[in-house]
Amino acid sequence: MLAVLAVGSALAVVINKNVVNSALFLVVNMVTLAGIFLLLNAQFLAIIQILVYAGAIMVLFLFVIMLLNVQDEEKLFDKFRVKYFLAFFLAIGVMGQIFYSLAGVTEMLPAISEKMATIGTVEAVGDVLYTDYLLPFELTAILLTAAVVGALMIAQHKIKRTENI
Amino acid sequence: MIGIDWFLGLSAIMFTIGIVGVLIRRNAIVIFMCVELMLNAVNLSLVAFASHHGNIDGQILVFFALAVAAAEAVVGLAIIIAIFRNNLTVDVSKINLLRW
Repeated sequence: MLAVLAVGSALAVVINKNVVNSALFLVVNMVTLAGIFLLLNAQFLAIIQILVYAGAIMVLFLFVIMLLNVQDEEKLFDKFRVKYFLAFFLAIGVMGQIFYSLAGVTEMLPAISEKMATIGTVEAVGDVLYTDYLLPFELTAILLTAAVVGALMIAQHKIKRTENI
Repeated sequence: MIGIDWFLGLSAIMFTIGIVGVLIRRNAIVIFMCVELMLNAVNLSLVAFASHHGNIDGQILVFFALAVAAAEAVVGLAIIIAIFRNNLTVDVSKINLLRW
Protein backbone atom coordinates (compact mmCIF):
# COMPACT_ATOMS: atom_id res chain seq x y z
CA MET A 1 0.00 0.00 0.00
CA LEU A 2 2.66 2.48 1.03
CA ALA A 3 4.91 1.22 -1.74
CA VAL A 4 2.21 1.73 -4.37
CA LEU A 5 1.65 5.24 -3.07
CA ALA A 6 5.39 5.94 -3.13
CA VAL A 7 5.85 4.70 -6.70
CA GLY A 8 2.72 6.49 -7.88
CA SER A 9 3.74 9.82 -6.39
CA ALA A 10 7.26 9.42 -7.75
CA LEU A 11 5.83 8.86 -11.23
CA ALA A 12 3.58 11.87 -10.75
CA VAL A 13 6.62 14.01 -9.89
CA VAL A 14 8.18 13.13 -13.21
CA ILE A 15 5.09 13.25 -15.42
CA ASN A 16 3.33 16.32 -14.04
CA LYS A 17 3.59 19.42 -16.20
CA ASN A 18 3.03 21.92 -13.42
CA VAL A 19 6.10 22.46 -11.25
CA VAL A 20 4.10 23.22 -8.10
CA ASN A 21 2.06 20.01 -8.46
CA SER A 22 5.27 18.12 -8.99
CA ALA A 23 6.72 19.53 -5.78
CA LEU A 24 3.57 18.66 -3.83
CA PHE A 25 3.70 15.07 -5.11
CA LEU A 26 7.31 14.97 -3.95
CA VAL A 27 6.01 15.87 -0.46
CA VAL A 28 3.59 12.91 -0.65
CA ASN A 29 6.51 10.72 -1.66
CA MET A 30 8.60 11.89 1.30
CA VAL A 31 5.79 11.23 3.76
CA THR A 32 5.17 7.72 2.42
CA LEU A 33 8.90 7.04 2.65
CA ALA A 34 8.74 8.13 6.29
CA GLY A 35 5.96 5.59 6.77
CA ILE A 36 8.13 2.90 5.20
CA PHE A 37 10.95 3.88 7.57
CA LEU A 38 8.50 3.33 10.43
CA LEU A 39 7.77 -0.14 9.04
CA LEU A 40 11.50 -0.80 9.21
CA ASN A 41 11.59 0.30 12.88
CA ALA A 42 13.57 3.45 12.15
CA GLN A 43 11.47 5.91 14.13
CA PHE A 44 14.15 8.58 14.44
CA LEU A 45 14.82 8.64 10.70
CA ALA A 46 11.09 8.77 9.93
CA ILE A 47 10.70 11.89 12.06
CA ILE A 48 13.85 13.43 10.59
CA GLN A 49 12.60 12.64 7.08
CA ILE A 50 9.34 14.51 7.69
CA LEU A 51 11.04 17.42 9.46
CA VAL A 52 13.94 17.96 7.10
CA TYR A 53 12.61 16.84 3.73
CA ALA A 54 8.85 17.34 3.79
CA GLY A 55 9.30 20.40 5.99
CA ALA A 56 12.43 22.36 5.30
CA ILE A 57 13.65 21.33 1.87
CA MET A 58 10.23 21.28 0.22
CA VAL A 59 9.39 24.71 1.65
CA LEU A 60 12.65 25.91 0.13
CA PHE A 61 11.71 24.36 -3.23
CA LEU A 62 8.23 25.91 -3.21
CA PHE A 63 9.70 29.26 -2.20
CA VAL A 64 12.11 29.20 -5.13
CA ILE A 65 9.33 28.11 -7.51
CA MET A 66 7.14 31.01 -6.40
CA LEU A 67 10.11 33.38 -6.55
CA LEU A 68 11.11 32.43 -10.07
CA ASN A 69 7.53 32.32 -11.38
CA VAL A 70 8.31 29.53 -13.82
CA GLN A 71 5.81 28.64 -16.51
CA ASP A 72 4.57 25.14 -17.31
CA GLU A 73 6.31 23.00 -19.84
CA GLU A 74 3.77 23.01 -22.62
CA LYS A 75 5.05 20.31 -24.88
CA LEU A 76 6.40 17.66 -22.57
CA PHE A 77 5.66 14.72 -24.83
CA ASP A 78 5.69 16.35 -28.24
CA LYS A 79 9.30 17.01 -29.07
CA PHE A 80 12.49 15.00 -28.62
CA ARG A 81 10.88 11.59 -29.11
CA VAL A 82 14.22 9.92 -29.79
CA LYS A 83 15.64 11.35 -26.59
CA TYR A 84 12.74 9.95 -24.57
CA PHE A 85 13.15 6.49 -26.05
CA LEU A 86 16.85 6.57 -25.30
CA ALA A 87 16.10 7.67 -21.74
CA PHE A 88 13.59 4.86 -21.21
CA PHE A 89 15.93 2.25 -22.64
CA LEU A 90 18.74 3.47 -20.39
CA ALA A 91 16.40 3.43 -17.38
CA ILE A 92 15.24 -0.11 -18.14
CA GLY A 93 18.87 -1.16 -18.48
CA VAL A 94 19.78 0.37 -15.13
CA MET A 95 16.77 -1.19 -13.42
CA GLY A 96 17.59 -4.60 -14.88
CA GLN A 97 21.14 -4.30 -13.66
CA ILE A 98 20.03 -3.36 -10.14
CA PHE A 99 17.55 -6.26 -9.98
CA TYR A 100 20.16 -8.65 -11.34
CA SER A 101 22.58 -7.65 -8.61
CA LEU A 102 19.83 -7.83 -5.96
CA ALA A 103 18.80 -11.33 -7.01
CA GLY A 104 22.20 -12.65 -6.00
CA VAL A 105 22.34 -10.69 -2.77
CA THR A 106 19.05 -11.50 -1.09
CA GLU A 107 19.80 -15.19 -0.59
CA MET A 108 23.14 -14.46 1.04
CA LEU A 109 21.67 -12.21 3.72
CA PRO A 110 21.13 -13.57 7.21
CA ALA A 111 17.68 -13.82 8.72
CA ILE A 112 16.10 -10.69 10.16
CA SER A 113 17.94 -9.72 13.29
CA GLU A 114 16.41 -10.05 16.73
CA LYS A 115 17.83 -6.67 17.76
CA MET A 116 15.83 -4.92 15.07
CA ALA A 117 13.07 -3.74 17.38
CA THR A 118 15.50 -2.01 19.72
CA ILE A 119 17.61 -0.09 17.20
CA GLY A 120 16.29 2.96 15.44
CA THR A 121 14.74 4.61 18.45
CA VAL A 122 15.82 8.15 19.23
CA GLU A 123 17.66 6.90 22.29
CA ALA A 124 19.72 4.33 20.41
CA VAL A 125 20.57 6.62 17.51
CA GLY A 126 21.52 9.48 19.82
CA ASP A 127 23.67 7.20 21.93
CA VAL A 128 25.80 6.17 18.96
CA LEU A 129 25.71 9.59 17.33
CA TYR A 130 27.23 11.42 20.29
CA THR A 131 29.88 8.85 21.13
CA ASP A 132 31.27 6.99 18.12
CA TYR A 133 30.27 9.49 15.46
CA LEU A 134 30.92 12.73 17.34
CA LEU A 135 33.52 14.08 14.90
CA PRO A 136 31.43 13.51 11.74
CA PHE A 137 28.49 15.08 13.58
CA GLU A 138 30.44 18.26 14.27
CA LEU A 139 31.75 18.27 10.72
CA THR A 140 28.13 18.16 9.53
CA ALA A 141 27.48 21.35 11.48
CA ILE A 142 30.47 23.02 9.79
CA LEU A 143 29.25 21.77 6.39
CA LEU A 144 25.77 23.22 6.92
CA THR A 145 27.22 26.57 8.01
CA ALA A 146 29.47 26.63 4.96
CA ALA A 147 26.48 25.81 2.72
CA VAL A 148 24.41 28.67 4.12
CA VAL A 149 27.29 31.14 3.76
CA GLY A 150 28.00 29.91 0.23
CA ALA A 151 24.36 30.20 -0.81
CA LEU A 152 24.25 33.77 0.52
CA MET A 153 27.46 34.55 -1.36
CA ILE A 154 26.07 33.25 -4.65
CA ALA A 155 22.78 35.12 -4.35
CA GLN A 156 24.22 38.40 -3.12
CA HIS A 157 27.09 38.53 -5.59
CA LYS A 158 24.69 38.60 -8.52
CA ILE A 159 22.64 41.39 -6.95
CA LYS A 160 25.68 43.65 -6.70
CA ARG A 161 26.64 42.85 -10.26
CA THR A 162 23.24 43.74 -11.65
CA GLU A 163 23.19 46.96 -9.64
CA ASN A 164 26.52 48.05 -11.12
CA ILE A 165 25.26 47.42 -14.61
CA MET B 1 7.25 -9.33 8.47
CA ILE B 2 7.93 -8.05 4.99
CA GLY B 3 11.04 -9.41 3.31
CA ILE B 4 13.97 -7.18 2.53
CA ASP B 5 13.77 -7.82 -1.22
CA TRP B 6 10.52 -5.83 -1.43
CA PHE B 7 12.17 -2.79 0.10
CA LEU B 8 15.16 -3.13 -2.19
CA GLY B 9 12.88 -3.54 -5.21
CA LEU B 10 10.93 -0.41 -4.26
CA SER B 11 14.24 1.43 -3.85
CA ALA B 12 15.38 0.30 -7.32
CA ILE B 13 12.09 1.38 -8.93
CA MET B 14 12.21 4.80 -7.29
CA PHE B 15 15.83 5.27 -8.32
CA THR B 16 14.93 4.43 -11.92
CA ILE B 17 12.01 6.88 -11.91
CA GLY B 18 14.45 9.52 -10.69
CA ILE B 19 16.84 8.71 -13.54
CA VAL B 20 14.04 9.01 -16.11
CA GLY B 21 13.01 12.33 -14.60
CA VAL B 22 16.52 13.73 -14.76
CA LEU B 23 16.87 12.63 -18.37
CA ILE B 24 13.56 13.76 -19.86
CA ARG B 25 12.63 16.94 -17.96
CA ARG B 26 13.99 20.30 -19.04
CA ASN B 27 13.08 22.38 -16.01
CA ALA B 28 16.09 22.70 -13.72
CA ILE B 29 13.97 22.68 -10.55
CA VAL B 30 12.20 19.46 -11.53
CA ILE B 31 15.55 17.88 -12.37
CA PHE B 32 16.68 18.88 -8.91
CA MET B 33 13.61 17.27 -7.33
CA CYS B 34 14.30 14.06 -9.24
CA VAL B 35 17.83 14.04 -7.82
CA GLU B 36 16.26 14.27 -4.36
CA LEU B 37 14.06 11.30 -5.33
CA MET B 38 17.15 9.24 -6.20
CA LEU B 39 18.80 10.22 -2.91
CA ASN B 40 15.72 9.04 -1.04
CA ALA B 41 15.71 5.73 -2.88
CA VAL B 42 19.28 5.07 -1.80
CA ASN B 43 18.39 6.11 1.76
CA LEU B 44 15.56 3.57 1.75
CA SER B 45 17.86 0.71 0.76
CA LEU B 46 20.37 1.79 3.42
CA VAL B 47 17.68 1.73 6.10
CA ALA B 48 16.43 -1.64 4.86
CA PHE B 49 19.89 -3.16 5.13
CA ALA B 50 20.48 -1.56 8.53
CA SER B 51 17.25 -2.95 9.94
CA HIS B 52 17.96 -6.33 8.43
CA HIS B 53 21.36 -6.64 10.01
CA GLY B 54 20.27 -5.09 13.30
CA ASN B 55 23.14 -2.63 12.90
CA ILE B 56 22.65 1.04 13.63
CA ASP B 57 25.56 2.32 11.54
CA GLY B 58 23.45 2.31 8.38
CA GLN B 59 20.92 4.63 9.98
CA ILE B 60 23.70 6.98 11.08
CA LEU B 61 24.90 7.03 7.48
CA VAL B 62 21.38 7.94 6.34
CA PHE B 63 21.35 10.77 8.89
CA PHE B 64 24.56 12.21 7.44
CA ALA B 65 23.24 11.72 3.90
CA LEU B 66 20.16 13.76 4.89
CA ALA B 67 22.37 16.55 6.24
CA VAL B 68 24.47 16.61 3.08
CA ALA B 69 21.32 16.55 0.93
CA ALA B 70 20.00 19.60 2.80
CA ALA B 71 23.25 21.49 2.20
CA GLU B 72 23.25 20.42 -1.45
CA ALA B 73 19.64 21.59 -1.91
CA VAL B 74 20.47 25.02 -0.46
CA VAL B 75 23.51 25.55 -2.68
CA GLY B 76 21.81 24.14 -5.78
CA LEU B 77 18.76 26.35 -5.41
CA ALA B 78 21.03 29.38 -4.92
CA ILE B 79 22.79 28.49 -8.17
CA ILE B 80 19.42 28.13 -9.92
CA ILE B 81 18.39 31.59 -8.66
CA ALA B 82 21.68 33.05 -9.88
CA ILE B 83 21.21 31.48 -13.32
CA PHE B 84 17.64 32.75 -13.45
CA ARG B 85 18.83 36.28 -12.68
CA ASN B 86 21.24 36.16 -15.60
CA ASN B 87 19.18 34.25 -18.19
CA LEU B 88 15.54 34.72 -17.04
CA THR B 89 14.88 31.01 -17.60
CA VAL B 90 15.36 27.70 -15.82
CA ASP B 91 15.05 25.61 -18.99
CA VAL B 92 18.25 23.61 -19.22
CA SER B 93 18.03 23.33 -23.01
CA LYS B 94 18.22 27.13 -23.28
CA ILE B 95 21.06 27.66 -20.83
CA ASN B 96 24.36 27.61 -22.67
CA LEU B 97 26.56 29.28 -20.09
CA LEU B 98 29.28 26.63 -20.20
CA ARG B 99 28.85 25.68 -23.86
CA TRP B 100 31.28 26.96 -26.48
